[in-house]
Amino acid sequence: MSQETHEQIDAVTGVSTTGHSWDEIQELNNPLPRWWLWSFYATIVWAIAYCIAYPAWPLVSSYTKGVLDWHSREAIVQDLDALKAQRAGTTAKLAHASLEEIRQDPELFAFARAQGKAAFGDNCAGCHGAGGAGAKGYPNLNDDDWLWGGSLTDVEKTIRFGARSTSDKGHQGTMPAFGRDGMLKRQELAHTADYVRSLSGLPAEKGADLAAGAKVFAENCAACHGDKGQGNKELGAPNLSDKIWLFGSDKATIMESLWNGRGGVMPAWSERLDDTTVKALTLYVNSLGGRPEALRTRNGHSAVGNERPAGNCRPLALTQIKEGPQSSS
Amino acid sequence: MSLWSRHKIFETNSIILLIGTLFVISIGGLVEIVPLFYLKSTIEKVEGVRPYTPLELAGRNVYVREGCYNCHSQMVRPLRDEVERYGHYSLAAESMYDRPFQWGSKRTGPDLARVGNKYSDEWHRDHLKDPRAVVPGSIMPSYPWLAEREVDVGRVKEDMNVQAALGVPYSPEMIAKAASDLKTQAATDDSNATTLAERYPKAAARDFDANPQRITEADALIAYLQMLGTQVDFKLYDNKANVR
Amino acid sequence: MAHTATTPKGMTFGEAGCSLVFVAMAFLSIIIAAKAYTPEYAFHAYLYAAAFGVAAFKIVDRYYDRPNDLPPLTINGKPNYNMGPVKFATIAAVVWGIAGFTIGLLIALQLAFPALNFDTAWLSFGRMRPLHTSAVIFAFGGNVLIATSFYVVQRTCRARLVGDLAPWFVVLGYNFFIVIAGTGYLLGITQGKEYAEPEWYADLWLTVVWVTYFLVFLGTVMRRKEPHIYVANWFYLAFILTIAVLHLGNSATIPVSIFSPKSYIVWAGVQDAMVQWWYGHNAVGFFLTAGFLAIMYYFIPKRAERPVYSYRLSIIHFWALIFMYIWAGPHHLHYTALPDWAQTLGMTFSIMLWMPSWGGMINGLMTLSGAWDKLRTDPVLRLMVVSVAFYGMATFEGPLMSVKAVNSLSHYTDWTIGHVHSGALGWVAYISFGAIYCLAPWLWNKKELYSLKAVSWHFWISTLGIVLYISAMWVAGILQGLMWRAYTSLGFLE
Ligand code: HEC
Ligand code: HEC
Ligand code: HEC
Ligand code: HEM
Ligand code: HEM
Ligand SMILES: [Ca+2]
Ligand SMILES: [Ca+2]
Ligand SMILES: [Cu+2]
Repeated sequence: MSQETHEQIDAVTGVSTTGHSWDEIQELNNPLPRWWLWSFYATIVWAIAYCIAYPAWPLVSSYTKGVLDWHSREAIVQDLDALKAQRAGTTAKLAHASLEEIRQDPELFAFARAQGKAAFGDNCAGCHGAGGAGAKGYPNLNDDDWLWGGSLTDVEKTIRFGARSTSDKGHQGTMPAFGRDGMLKRQELAHTADYVRSLSGLPAEKGADLAAGAKVFAENCAACHGDKGQGNKELGAPNLSDKIWLFGSDKATIMESLWNGRGGVMPAWSERLDDTTVKALTLYVNSLGGRPEALRTRNGHSAVGNERPAGNCRPLALTQIKEGPQSSS
Repeated sequence: MSLWSRHKIFETNSIILLIGTLFVISIGGLVEIVPLFYLKSTIEKVEGVRPYTPLELAGRNVYVREGCYNCHSQMVRPLRDEVERYGHYSLAAESMYDRPFQWGSKRTGPDLARVGNKYSDEWHRDHLKDPRAVVPGSIMPSYPWLAEREVDVGRVKEDMNVQAALGVPYSPEMIAKAASDLKTQAATDDSNATTLAERYPKAAARDFDANPQRITEADALIAYLQMLGTQVDFKLYDNKANVR
Repeated sequence: MAHTATTPKGMTFGEAGCSLVFVAMAFLSIIIAAKAYTPEYAFHAYLYAAAFGVAAFKIVDRYYDRPNDLPPLTINGKPNYNMGPVKFATIAAVVWGIAGFTIGLLIALQLAFPALNFDTAWLSFGRMRPLHTSAVIFAFGGNVLIATSFYVVQRTCRARLVGDLAPWFVVLGYNFFIVIAGTGYLLGITQGKEYAEPEWYADLWLTVVWVTYFLVFLGTVMRRKEPHIYVANWFYLAFILTIAVLHLGNSATIPVSIFSPKSYIVWAGVQDAMVQWWYGHNAVGFFLTAGFLAIMYYFIPKRAERPVYSYRLSIIHFWALIFMYIWAGPHHLHYTALPDWAQTLGMTFSIMLWMPSWGGMINGLMTLSGAWDKLRTDPVLRLMVVSVAFYGMATFEGPLMSVKAVNSLSHYTDWTIGHVHSGALGWVAYISFGAIYCLAPWLWNKKELYSLKAVSWHFWISTLGIVLYISAMWVAGILQGLMWRAYTSLGFLE
């Protein structure tokens, strides 16, 4: 058939073929398109230029450094420095001023809260929720009810050293496991749970023996939670007489608290974040805690944007709400 | 006819076509890969990076098995937003014992290179069991079976043997003690904790899954997650020396 | 072939050798199953045992049924093509394709509704996603490549496939590999390296299959009756050869024990990353590009009944493409702990790769000059032409994403997913649909497809779907990247 057939002229285009045919497929002998060839050359020239400018070719014990002397690891240091310069004076002021001074200075305070908000989204939202509203076992930071105290210094200590954390400067008290460790019987605990519920005015179940519960409470619990269950911020023992619950108010959850004990871990952030960031977080978190001027800027929305910026930046974040002071500056 | 006719030799001789192809496809790989093994600058000189403990290694294998790399990267890039969000950019040294590497290529969830010590064990337990219990809108799958399945304590030794043969600095002692080290690390206040820490500095030992009776895959995985990114002390890190 | 009647019947060396080796392997597999460290691995060992056993039985059974002589190479001077394995692989491609796309849909839904993970290990996203990528690339794409390469090499060389059992071994062995790999992912058996997830014992098996594939293909090219090797076969050959090299490099692992499914890769950390993306990028370059360009070079001119646009362009773009692709791997590792110099090489070669890629696109599209009107009437040709257009788009986007500044935004985001599917779905799947629609009537000796109208529907529905999918991913990806780096006016992350 087509042994070395001779070149033909293609009738449609007038271009000659190469003279081969494979299963009736032929090839035209068109030249390389000019624009294509010149674009190809252009990319090659560009690549050579880029390689001269930047680190590129490996050698025997080193590599070509490039005439620009650019390195990604130097660039990032410069970028961060530039960022610092942009925040410049304000960060320095933050570092030196006391927490109270910052709070008195509206501009500095707005700045600190902006920084705190960013750090909160990346570090704290996983536990305390995007808006700081908390979750079971993770306290709500929006209310003015504090396990370990809500003053600036208290909050700073909690953030810096955590609770039951890896830092020995952190808060330490835990709720004993009265049931599991055999200190009290299930029946006794059931009465106590009823009694605990009654402290905040929750209705008692039928057959509840509040008097028995009160006795157990006075003997075992009052030392930490106070004789009226008003709590103790030194020990982190929650107030049991308000209607705010860390773990939950239903009887089963309370039984769980009594039987197995409790001791949620709040990490020590001084090990991870720098000093100014901790300060900024303190001011930010403290301002969440029901302080009226903080509330006003929230436009009725939850305290922060409703999104965790870290990683899970799904399109949801489009709805992120800017906070007052920030967007106005 | 011109230069074009020279190409005939490739078109008429399949072995020459083959050799030509092999030659052409070999160059790029050789130039890019081989120097990474001999250039000293490839892996930074830093203190603190040690091989995984037996428990961490078992946890890492769970991480690989479940395909967490499909959603999570372990590579903080030297870009300012990443450094601010996740911490210091990742070093090559930090993954020098990683087989396979797990840098990932897609971030459906956050980067995990520095997740160690960021959350409590309890948070991880809850999160792995049901991510939505702690992060309401999360799309991460639940992994309830991890707390059920036990780690094959006796066999970790074999894994370490293979790694040692490949150049991971596991000493014969470390391999011999693999099973007991694993048990020590998975228990709170085990009396051998100090010798474990001698072999594996900074190894945290406790009952990670809050189930002292068993050493589960949750123990192992949480132990692994809690050590990620915690080995290098960046206060001592010399950026200038490791530009490359 | 005149003396057919006189030759006594005897087992060929291949038949005898294969059945013996398979029986031995079946026994070995049973021993391994008995001593396996995990039930999952035992299950795989039993699968191996069953497969080897059935294969040995089938060979002997076929021996008793077959005529004394093996099929002749030519009948009345015409090549006696071996189309059985081609038919099998074509059907397998369709089946795996449907499975792979369905799993793609499932994992997409899982990302919106995590309840669809059903809280079971098997179906969880981390295991299903590799199942999707492998099912579409290796099971669907791989079978298309095997089917078309065996078809095209025979037709364009006018020679019967080399080997009697070998082509069947390639097709069946490859699909067995797919079964092991896929069930392995579900059972949590993975190497944890993207696009190279199968564990050591599946990899070893694939190596044997692939070497056989290589030999069958090369042997057939050497047996050709045409003086020149057609350009499609250059691409097929480069694809088969390079994939073998990449596979050996990237799956170099040491098993923990012959009784354990687990192995550890010999490379670690940054070197492992470089080897991985040398492999990963060239899985794109050679599996998803070179191989499918070969398909384009046969099926488009054939269907359009026009000569290939430019012989000279095919020469230049072939060599430039295979040379430059190999270097581009580091664009998957921009701004990582891979040294800057390697990133530069990855970036510059990716840019230079643009025109060689477009050379293929030009040759594909311009082949239609003089036949553009056929697009109106032939939806099969339309599928293939749109495919080439997507190829052009993906290979423009790729170099763009390889620029470090762009990649710092796009990396880790859904933009990559958009790019992947414009290449893998738009180009790879579309050219495959076109090739399968061509092959079906040719292989089964039908005049035309059952319904061209249905093809037309397929074309329009899927085009609409792809366009929506890809553009949604672009928007999502770019916004995602922008939000990750968004700073407030005070200089803090938003
Ligand atoms: C691992 C989860 C976790 C993370 C992450 C976390 N916290 Fe906490 N945090 C807790 C737990 C648990 C408590 C309650 C401790 C207790 O029960 O005594 C707590 C308590 C607190 C308190 C004290 C609340 C009170 O009522 O006294 C403050 C303030 C606080 N966290 C702020 C932060 C900030 C700021 C961050 C981020 C930098 C953060 N937390 C990150 C778990 C976490
Ligand atoms: C050693 C101090 C201590 C004693 C004694 C103690 N508690 Fe507690 N209790 C705590 C601490 C600390 C917490 C908070 C643990 C945490 O934050 O994770 C707590 C938490 C609780 C909670 C959960 C509160 C909530 O908001 O969900 C209940 C209920 C409770 N205790 C009841 C009792 C009762 C009843 C007793 C006596 C039987 C008792 N406690 C004895 C320290 C104590
Ligand atoms: C479908 C994708 C997906 C898979 C698979 C997945 N994750 Fe996640 N992961 C996410 C998302 C989304 C988040 C962010 C929301 C959240 O915290 O749940 C996340 C968050 C996390 C976090 C918290 C990180 C931080 O800094 O807030 C950890 C730790 C984590 N995942 C570990 C794992 C492990 C371990 C596996 C495998 C066993 C895994 N993930 C598998 C999507 C996934
Ligand atoms: C109906 C068709 C398809 C659907 C619905 C689909 C869906 C998906 C989804 C949801 C993902 C995961 C994305 C993520 O993790 O965010 C994915 C990834 C992927 N798909 Fe598809 N897909 C389809 C077809 C294909 C085809 C035909 C191919 C290849 C030939 C392909 C190749 C890939 C690859 C390589 C990835 C991994 C991308 C990466 O890691 O960056 N897909 N697909
Ligand atoms: C000139 C050609 C091409 C170049 C330069 C190129 C470049 C790139 C780049 C820069 C990425 C992103 C890497 C990252 O940030 O993680 C990428 C990802 C990807 N590309 Fe391309 N691309 C090209 C063509 C193609 C084609 C034709 C296909 C499909 C057939 C394809 C399939 C993929 C896949 C599957 C990924 C995802 C890899 C992963 O899992 O991360 N590419 N490509
Ligand atoms: Ca990927
Ligand atoms: Ca345990
Ligand atoms: Cu690539």
